[in-house]
Amino acid sequence: MSAETAVGGSQIAAREAIHPAWVRVTHWINAIAILVMIGSGWQIYDAAPLFEGLRFGKSISLGNWLAGALLWHFAAMWVLAINGLVYVTLGIVSGRFRRKLLPISPAQVLADAKAALSFKLSHEDISRYNAVQKLLYAGVILTGIVIVLSGLAIWKPVQLQELTVLFGGYDVARYVHFFAMAAIVGFLVVHVALALLVPKSLRAMITGR
Amino acid sequence: MRQRKIIPGVDPRLLIKDAAALMPEASRRGFLRGAASLGALTFLTGCDIIDGDTAEGVLRKISAFNDGAQAALFSRSKLAPTYPESAITRPFPFNAYYDEDEAPEVDGGTYKLEVAGLVDNKKPWTLEQLHALPEVSQITRHVCVEGWSAIGSWQGTPLSEFLTRIGADTRAKYVWFKCAEGYSNTIDMPTALHPQTQMTFKYDHKILPRAYGFPMKIRMPTKLGFKNPKYVVAMEVTNTDRGGYWEDQGYNWFSGL
Ligand code: HEM
Repeated sequence: MSAETAVGGSQIAAREAIHPAWVRVTHWINAIAILVMIGSGWQIYDAAPLFEGLRFGKSISLGNWLAGALLWHFAAMWVLAINGLVYVTLGIVSGRFRRKLLPISPAQVLADAKAALSFKLSHEDISRYNAVQKLLYAGVILTGIVIVLSGLAIWKPVQLQELTVLFGGYDVARYVHFFAMAAIVGFLVVHVALALLVPKSLRAMITGR
Repeated sequence: MRQRKIIPGVDPRLLIKDAAALMPEASRRGFLRGAASLGALTFLTGCDIIDGDTAEGVLRKISAFNDGAQAALFSRSKLAPTYPESAITRPFPFNAYYDEDEAPEVDGGTYKLEVAGLVDNKKPWTLEQLHALPEVSQITRHVCVEGWSAIGSWQGTPLSEFLTRIGADTRAKYVWFKCAEGYSNTIDMPTALHPQTQMTFKYDHKILPRAYGFPMKIRMPTKLGFKNPKYVVAMEVTNTDRGGYWEDQGYNWFSGL
């Protein structure tokens, strides 16, 4: 029995869905949690910037001051982590990751990237990801795991000190956490732009088909 | 005794309410339509939600839940990493909500540490008596809630040792510290009894300078910097959470590391 039938509505609808309900629900919960994490994270960053010239400013960050931002950050982290755990577990157990995201061939990524840049990439069948999509999605899932773990490493450098050591210590873990955020923001820009360029992919992520 | 509006400037919660009220309805919608950037979106959601007292209430409830989660994660036998002399950050930063030259000046000659609450012996302690207590030393990392950190060297007596001497009821839930300038902190008893929680009288083997909390600081390498009170003049063993300077303004209460 696939996870689709276990979670989705009627069997037939579930089999036809491009994205089963659990993917859509976890995807949109994740999108909201990530936006809150990034917005509040920027405010927290500003309290002790890692880079001389880089400040995000109050107008684009969340929480209004450090304490407010921390309240948001440490609330949304539960949503992000638990929802992410559900998504990754179901992705592995249901075989979705293996079917949809693997294998990723470097040659195919290059070919698809070239085709995409010359607007020759087909979006006929949105139920199958092209190699660039596979790479981006697998990459952002791994980055999501890194950002949660590096976050734990800087939140609990005593109780979870083994994890902090794994990231090269408290100071290095802060940079890892920052660059993982930057990578996710970069992904998000491309990802949202492409979703808007191919509206039927957006519809599929909302309605399932 | 809760002090809420001590941060210089404006109460941030009032500020955001004013800003929202000043923005006419139409322009708020217009702003939403034009909000292309991710940041603007989060700002808007934040603005609309944080304006309500309910949202702030929910966030504070989750923060209280996080206190519980951190207390559960806390282990009294888990020691904070220690470092060699060579790792000490020089100069060690001064940090407070006031400037260094506004830091309290406590007269060591007349100083007495008040002891109150669930303890057998409430006799106040002179600095001379405190300095005669057994000395331990630690070189640990001070982590600030802002994100920066610095490694320092502190000497003093384990708080657990002192609590035993005054006959404290260690089944009590909290220890509350009061500072010369009005600052305060309440900490949980398990942290008070942690082997590295120290009543600190020296920084880098010299009597604590004024900037680092003369005559006494409580050093807890298992908690964020603001939970490490300086200029401590009184402590109370209690079952009542008496809050603290930053905790009352929205910072997480447990703030463990
Ligand atoms: C808020 C704006 C977002 C929009 C409009 C959006 C839209 C979409 C759409 C339309 C798809 C299906 C695309 C396709 O068929 O290729 C998708 C899939 C995906 N999105 Fe997003 N997304 C958003 C945020 C995010 C965020 C913040 C992340 C992660 C950090 C993310 C990660 C993913 C992943 C991993 C998939 C593949 C899911 C799977 O097949 O299991 N998205 N998104």
